[in-house]
Amino acid sequence: MRFTPNTEVDRRAMMKTIGIQDIDELFHDIPAEHRYPDLQLPPPLTEMEVAREMQEMAGDNAQLGVFASFLGAGAYHHFVPAVVDMVISRSEFYTAYTPYQPEISQGTLQAIFEYQSMVAALTGMEIANASQYDGATAVAEAAIMALNVLRMKRNKIVVSPSVNPMYRQVLRTYAQGMDLQIVGDDRQENDFHALLDLCDDNTAVVIVQNPDFWGQLHSGAEMQDLAEAVHAHGALLTVATDPIALALFHAPGEYGADIVTAEGQSLGNSLNFGGPYLGMFAFRAKLVRKSSGRLVGQTIDLDGKQGFVLTLSTREQHIRRAKATSNICSNQSLNALAAGVYMAALGKQGMRKVAELCWHKAHYAADRLQALEGYELLSDRPFFKEFVLRCPRPVAEINQYLLEEYGIIGGYDLSTDYDTLDNAMLLCVTEMNTREEIDDLVDALATFHQYINTEEVVS
Amino acid sequence: MADDFIYELSSPGRVGVALPDSDVPETPIPADTLRPELPLPELSEVDVVRHYVRLSTKNYGVDTGFYPLGSCTMKYNPKINEQTARLPGFTNIHPLQDPVTVQGAMQLLYEMQDMLAEISGLDAVTLQPSAGAQGEFTGVLIMRKAQIARGQGHRDKILIPDSAHGTNPASTAMSGLHVVEIASDADGNVDIEQLKAHLDDTVVGLMITNPSTLGLFDQNIVEVCRLVHEAGGLVYGDGANLNAIMGIVRPGDLGIDVMHFNLHKTFSTPHGGGGPGSGPVGVVAELAPFLPAPVVGLSAEGEYEWVWPAQSIGRVRSFHGNFGVIVRAYTYIRMHGAVGLRRVSEDAVLNANYMQARLLELGDYPVPHGDRYCMHEFVAQGKIAGAEGIHTLDIAKRLIDFDYHPPTIYFPLIVPEALMIEPTETESKETLDGFIAALTQIADEARSDPELLHTAPHHAPTRRLDEVRAARQPILAKTSA
Ligand SMILES: Cc1ncc(COP(=O)(O)O)c(C=O)c1O
Repeated sequence: MRFTPNTEVDRRAMMKTIGIQDIDELFHDIPAEHRYPDLQLPPPLTEMEVAREMQEMAGDNAQLGVFASFLGAGAYHHFVPAVVDMVISRSEFYTAYTPYQPEISQGTLQAIFEYQSMVAALTGMEIANASQYDGATAVAEAAIMALNVLRMKRNKIVVSPSVNPMYRQVLRTYAQGMDLQIVGDDRQENDFHALLDLCDDNTAVVIVQNPDFWGQLHSGAEMQDLAEAVHAHGALLTVATDPIALALFHAPGEYGADIVTAEGQSLGNSLNFGGPYLGMFAFRAKLVRKSSGRLVGQTIDLDGKQGFVLTLSTREQHIRRAKATSNICSNQSLNALAAGVYMAALGKQGMRKVAELCWHKAHYAADRLQALEGYELLSDRPFFKEFVLRCPRPVAEINQYLLEEYGIIGGYDLSTDYDTLDNAMLLCVTEMNTREEIDDLVDALATFHQYINTEEVVS
Repeated sequence: MADDFIYELSSPGRVGVALPDSDVPETPIPADTLRPELPLPELSEVDVVRHYVRLSTKNYGVDTGFYPLGSCTMKYNPKINEQTARLPGFTNIHPLQDPVTVQGAMQLLYEMQDMLAEISGLDAVTLQPSAGAQGEFTGVLIMRKAQIARGQGHRDKILIPDSAHGTNPASTAMSGLHVVEIASDADGNVDIEQLKAHLDDTVVGLMITNPSTLGLFDQNIVEVCRLVHEAGGLVYGDGANLNAIMGIVRPGDLGIDVMHFNLHKTFSTPHGGGGPGSGPVGVVAELAPFLPAPVVGLSAEGEYEWVWPAQSIGRVRSFHGNFGVIVRAYTYIRMHGAVGLRRVSEDAVLNANYMQARLLELGDYPVPHGDRYCMHEFVAQGKIAGAEGIHTLDIAKRLIDFDYHPPTIYFPLIVPEALMIEPTETESKETLDGFIAALTQIADEARSDPELLHTAPHHAPTRRLDEVRAARQPILAKTSA
């Protein structure tokens, strides 16, 4: 067998040492009537065969790059430089596990310490952890952390309707066994003022997103006002954000956020149909003892030389068990490594350039689209790389037309999550979209509009 | 020597990736939104590559050598997995694409759900959970909700054996349920009398790891499940140790109602330096309506579609799980088939028993349950006769000097000085013999030169690190030297 090196000779020798005649003797603790089920699985394939079959399966998908895409809504098509895959393909990195033995894990430990440092710098916070599962669970963990910081004396969570709907769903899943009130996101119109009106002395945390799910940017001044008002209630402010946006715009640390979360996929991780991604998770230093997830810290070895270890683990499940701050064990280390390599390789200038390209292209697309008859830009404040376009027909219909007639993957249908946002498409434009693709989209939508008009005239 | 810190390598003006200029007219960015500073490093591509390649050489992975880290199943990760997971038709698809454009990916997920159900003897599977711990959390939420649906919402306790992994009680507590710890008996099984004493109508269920973290198959498992069911409870199986029993026995056939799989253990997906993993959850038919949404279904027209289970606990994360990890595990299962998976488990158990027999023969390391055959792993103790000042930690650190990754240490908590050894099936007899030889020499050194062990490792990239200092004066981020 391919991956089991024991030969029959080896097996016999080993059985002799153990003192058995047959391997079956090792399984006598297992009830005989249930032993050796006849598993109905497809027959085994060789490497050659499996490669061919999976190539076919992969070929059945419409991939971005071949198809132009304007889909974002929490997962983004950004450029991944070759150096990222080169580094995460080093099997010293990818075939290791959690660095429990720091003396032979300095590679992972230093790389994650550097990731933590760069995430802290990017978010403007003092500390970042080694990763959460993804952007959604990072929000849920932030809420639990806030409850813990306030010693479970408050049980109300105020969340903005413009936080990614999946994050809010996951928050509710996580909270279902806890005695919590989650309010604020039931009305799409709820702005910061409305959210603040919901705050009281039972409120533990206010959760907002910036840029929000609809792509809109809240200025540093506006966010600072929010932070101050939230703090006046004795509550914490959690801001979910986009790491690419942070290359240009005010960092949550500058305007007073207590916990910052983000979906880190945009940093060097491919779309991969939704995962593996990574949850970025940063916070104020004074909250560290209530934080969840792994932390790498700097220390020295017996010779006084600098090195890195996992630290402050008395917060974690393997020590605190039922009293741990979270149940997380395996995290998204290799994705965090990819994010670290991405930030290092693009650096200050490269990250800015990516963000600027997103800004310019998204605005070019929005300008052209809103000039079309029958389409309206719904974003009433500055936006970053996503914006909402009111369309003349349901988004599902338009997307089907775009795909079938133009080979374009259209935007996200906001009516999925918001009753009031019928015919509203959330479009995402990144550095990966060429002017030609944007112009094609504009032509396609213009034609669709004419097509509808003709239909109406005729009927 | 410590490697240069990434910020120390930075030099203003350098950039590792060039991006094209804008091909559209530019739109001014409002000045009042701009951040004053962006404190990221500036490196050329070659600087970045050398930095990370140098770091990688200070890491030990399965591809470096033997990694018998108990409970983690550090088996060899076939290279074809890396290739299939990197097929552009898998990496370049967006999770929110119209299902008609991602039928290949959905087919893979659908078949994976089916294959895991078949291997475990359960009826329905979600692939959404990101790792084992999130699978546990998902499973406990399902049990809780199912009890509410049965009109048993007052039940609020989960029984957990004292040998359990820390994530079991932590996941339970996050679900708002109370943990009641039950002891193991002298044979390492769940103590039946204790179990009975706790089984009343406040119990949501039992969370059991079988084979247990002691590496033992619970001889009373059928009875245990029957008792829990009789008391109106459900049985959760922690599937971290599935590598011992594939094609040997199906947890569902024994009475397990819900379990998680660790694709990063049993199904050979690489551990990534701590993740990503993937923790699918399988359930019996009664619990299928509670699975996280969405799961993949197959329509009457033969199209794969997203399905929202009727009483779903909700989403446990964004999108559809760690797809890239699932592709690797799928590749592995397809290459093995039923015969191959059984062979995997047989050899995993054979290898572990061989090592246990060799250690018993050696006599220097007590094996508390050495009178029983173990499953895919076993727990020895770093208590060497005639070397009383030596602890498991010293032995582990000394093993590093022999170029091995140490076993899991100090877990399970119920075994003092635990050394939990899981060789996996991908290791040859020669490798196992080499490791036993090292343990033999270390036992001699422990008696003749204990200082050698106390100060180990001596041939690693760093010496023993000061963990107390790291926790007392935490330095968790730096942007300068
Ligand atoms: C027995 C057991 N259960 C649960 C887990 C948690 O799994 P994960 O790290 O994938 O969350 C582990 C991890 O090592 C384990 O050994």
